[in-house]
Amino acid sequence: MTSDISYKVIVGLEIHVQLCTQTKMFCGCALQFGAQPNSRVCPVCLGMPGVLPVMNKHAYEYSVLVGLALNCKVAGFTKWDRKSYYYPDLPKNYQISQYDLPLSENGFIEIPLESGETKRIRITRAHLEEDAGKNLHTAGNFSQVDLNRTGTPLLEIVTEPDMSSGAEVKALAVELQRMVRYLGVSEADMQKGHMRFEPNINLVITKGGKEHKTAIVEVKNLNSFRALERSVDYEVQRQLDEFIDSGKVMEMGNKSTRGWDDDKQMTVLQRVKEEAHDYRYFPDPDLLPVELDDAWLEQIKSQLCELPIKKQIRYVSEYKLSDYDAGVLTADRSTAEFFEEAVKAGGDPKRVCNLITQVGLKLANEAGCGIAELSLTAENMSELAKMIDDGQVSASAGNTILEQMTKTDKAAQVIAEELNLIQKSDAGELEGIVEKVLAENPKAVEDVKSGGKKSKKAQGFLLGQVIQKTKGQANPKVVSEILSKKLS
Amino acid sequence: MSEKIDQAQVKKVAMLSRLDLTDSEVAEFTTQLSAILEYVEKMNTLDTENVQPLAHCLPITNCFRDDVVKESLGTEKVLANAPQRDEEFFKVPKILDDNSGA
Amino acid sequence: MPNDLLNMDCKQLREQIAAGKVKSVEATQAVFKSIEKNDSKIGAYISTFKEQALAKAKEIDDKIAAGESVGFLAGVPVAVKDNMCTTFGATTCASKILENFHAPYNATVVEKLLAADAVIIGKTNMDEFAMGSSTENSGLKKTVNPWDASRVPGGSSGGSTAAVAGRLCFAALGSDTGGSIRQPASFCGVVGLKPTYGRVSRYGLVAFGSSLDQIGPVTHTVTDAALMMNVIAGHDVADSTSVDEQNAPVCDYLENIDKPIEKLKIAVVPEFNAGADEPVQKALSDAIEVYKKLGAEIVEVHMPHWDYAIAAYYMIATAEASSNLARYDGVHYGHRTDNPGDYVEVYTKSRAEGFGKEVKRRIMLGTYALSSGYYDAYYLKSLKVRNLIRGDFTSAFEKCDCVITPVAPTTAFKAGEKTDDPLKMYLSDIYTISANLAGIPGISVPCGFDENNLPIGLQILAPAFAEDKLLRIARMFEKQTDWHTNRATID
Ligand SMILES: [Mg+2]
Ligand SMILES: [Zn+2]
Repeated sequence: MTSDISYKVIVGLEIHVQLCTQTKMFCGCALQFGAQPNSRVCPVCLGMPGVLPVMNKHAYEYSVLVGLALNCKVAGFTKWDRKSYYYPDLPKNYQISQYDLPLSENGFIEIPLESGETKRIRITRAHLEEDAGKNLHTAGNFSQVDLNRTGTPLLEIVTEPDMSSGAEVKALAVELQRMVRYLGVSEADMQKGHMRFEPNINLVITKGGKEHKTAIVEVKNLNSFRALERSVDYEVQRQLDEFIDSGKVMEMGNKSTRGWDDDKQMTVLQRVKEEAHDYRYFPDPDLLPVELDDAWLEQIKSQLCELPIKKQIRYVSEYKLSDYDAGVLTADRSTAEFFEEAVKAGGDPKRVCNLITQVGLKLANEAGCGIAELSLTAENMSELAKMIDDGQVSASAGNTILEQMTKTDKAAQVIAEELNLIQKSDAGELEGIVEKVLAENPKAVEDVKSGGKKSKKAQGFLLGQVIQKTKGQANPKVVSEILSKKLS
Repeated sequence: MSEKIDQAQVKKVAMLSRLDLTDSEVAEFTTQLSAILEYVEKMNTLDTENVQPLAHCLPITNCFRDDVVKESLGTEKVLANAPQRDEEFFKVPKILDDNSGA
Repeated sequence: MPNDLLNMDCKQLREQIAAGKVKSVEATQAVFKSIEKNDSKIGAYISTFKEQALAKAKEIDDKIAAGESVGFLAGVPVAVKDNMCTTFGATTCASKILENFHAPYNATVVEKLLAADAVIIGKTNMDEFAMGSSTENSGLKKTVNPWDASRVPGGSSGGSTAAVAGRLCFAALGSDTGGSIRQPASFCGVVGLKPTYGRVSRYGLVAFGSSLDQIGPVTHTVTDAALMMNVIAGHDVADSTSVDEQNAPVCDYLENIDKPIEKLKIAVVPEFNAGADEPVQKALSDAIEVYKKLGAEIVEVHMPHWDYAIAAYYMIATAEASSNLARYDGVHYGHRTDNPGDYVEVYTKSRAEGFGKEVKRRIMLGTYALSSGYYDAYYLKSLKVRNLIRGDFTSAFEKCDCVITPVAPTTAFKAGEKTDDPLKMYLSDIYTISANLAGIPGISVPCGFDENNLPIGLQILAPAFAEDKLLRIARMFEKQTDWHTNRATID
């Protein structure tokens, strides 16, 4: 029955990112998650009679920075508008936002696909606005209003409907999170509501050579990447099923809103038709427009850094790391920067990468901080990498040394000596021990020399004997060379 | 004479304005707003094709504040004028819809 | 003696107090005696702060006696319109919806008055949320014109002008969105100045039309207006729309107040006069004669778009008001209806109960002008017309130092005369509204009386931020005439 059906998934995102300024967008109240209810509120964000907003400069600059990172055209002239709607968490009953002249438009973001390739998702616009407070409905047969969040600067980012699966939506979300964290403009913690994603999903279904579009569904209440991905996949299936069952297609403006129920792992209808919203946007007469001249723009541009996805790709091509390793190293900016510093100080990229990914991140995680906050310098790290590569210490001794390095501020060399982890590499000294071992194990020597099946195993046995005799301090590479020479 | 605005429109505008109007107010406003709008439409005789809208008269742009924390009011002062409160919150009848527009 | 004291202007009083010849406590007591005697008839005040005022007055007297330095208005009893927030008393905007609202902060102008050591004695009545031209729209009380109790004081700052005219304070602050200082000043025979938009901080002024509102002084003399400007003018970091020192430096408005403007060029707009009542026209031509005698050159200018000002103004002001007044919803402060059915009824019923008819009418009008489908035709069109009107002034000021016009087409009208026809009431703002649309300063100075002994005001308009010049031009007229020395008698 469904064999002649094919479909294309169309997803666009509306994203709200809370900026991590010290204070709110239009007043000096501190931004603080989890503070006593209604304690971070002043006459301005309480919307009292007579108050006036004054723009937070950081909030504007952070927004421009994100606009640049999203490859947007940043407006030289932007202004603020009022968006009117009544809701108890919005004390003025209008939100200061941007309507027809957003501060940035027409950009794109590259997202990594599972294939290892990247996909370009177009950004329609990114504008700055103030957040509302919070209505709570858990107290009984009434609702409570907390205005601590009211006036928090929010960057609203709208994408074109360029994504075609839950996985792509998630990839964008992760990429954006990594980006705003790199730029230092948001903590981007989804659980704390620092990033809020609202996907708009519909399908173009081809049936019997004819195209049908399903009605657009906007999904709300998503507080994890997993929920975001699953809600999209769920909607795709639901809309497909609904089309097959009822043949229902999009009519003029019949967009609906559905909420994600994380317990049931499904979307639930919230509102069929948007109540005829009439936001009555008009320029906010209390605020002045912003003009961004070239000098200021350049100054903001100088705060841009290499974006994570670019870094990740470069690590693969320049340092020959695996995509997986490159992804781990670039997941957060301080780790990536630590890695690059250590490489710059002379460490081999692959060796430094292994030290970081196999031991460093684990130690940092245990300490509850980033790798850069451990008492490790990039110089010490590169020194350790060189010692391993030079055979001064074994790879496993290297891990031990690294662990010690985070506990003391001693150099790798010092720790290696203190712990007696320096390998014996003196060929003269080792030759004597090798000869002794060869003399004590004539059978093995014979096996090696026979070149038969047992040859490899026997050579390994002899190597082990030498290492044992030196209490593990012999450099295996040097010993192998001597053995080969003697037995050939 | 056709009115500029009819009672249905007045009721719609009243809802947008969150004003609970009586029937007589609706009737009165319909007449009065119609007369005012009729008067206002004299502007249509002006050609404003090439005129820029002037939202305000100030010759200035770029007014900013440094991102420096200032003391908030504190919960008690914030709630001092509240018609109804519940502990540290403003209290309102149960909100059943999600009408947030952020 | 107390009567003489009340006849002083601010400048005289502050000099007497500073010299220790008059005690601030005496002046304050005299004012309260006057209030107790006459305000039941005039109705200028919504609230007064006798104890606090006397304590402040005593503090100033003690400071002066101890030889300590004191502020610019030390010991002078002044009043503020009840749409400026104060941490003392309520801030009601003459609205039931804010009847019990206590602001947790002071408006910047209030802070400035306090810093200047003024004695704030009370808050004055007004049209609810400053919406009106007669103070009849107050939701809380009635104010009459001290010259004739059957007439309105004008509005919306009718409480402030009645308080000054009725000798219930030495000076007051008002606010002017479309003429709300100048028109009642004219009706009450006092001086009223609307400064340039951006000259005085609006922080703490309860907003009506945010792009039009401006606070200004109501005084007995032009010199006092200059003195008050020295206290209240200037940049405020809390108001993005207040202009900074770089763009428009504040000057000492008193310094040159008695220095006439040389080669003064005054413009008149011939098409205006026809619209005003005969006594108003006559007073205006007399005023022109006064300036001529002072050597001024009189030129004619035309204001081709003046006739559209009321239309544009009522769209812009109400659109902004519809948004500014959305916050009065019974959720966070202000009146809340009893037993709302749901949270939406908290809004619809609280607002219906709390707002008076004129306020509702303007909210409706403004909401309509901004609503989808009507925005371009009404709101946007008005902003364009506003630009044309500003252009008219720009061209006019290329030819003159100032423009003089009537303040209002009539003198104070009878209470109830225009309350049934809102449009008729709006049309009486014809001469004052353009200054708000163009953001320029304007002043009303007493220039005569009609046959009923009702005062008439002369309006002088000057380019943006030219308050210094404007005050000096007004002072030139005041020096030559004695209209401002006439006193209303309430008995
Ligand atoms: Mg938004
Ligand atoms: Zn605040």
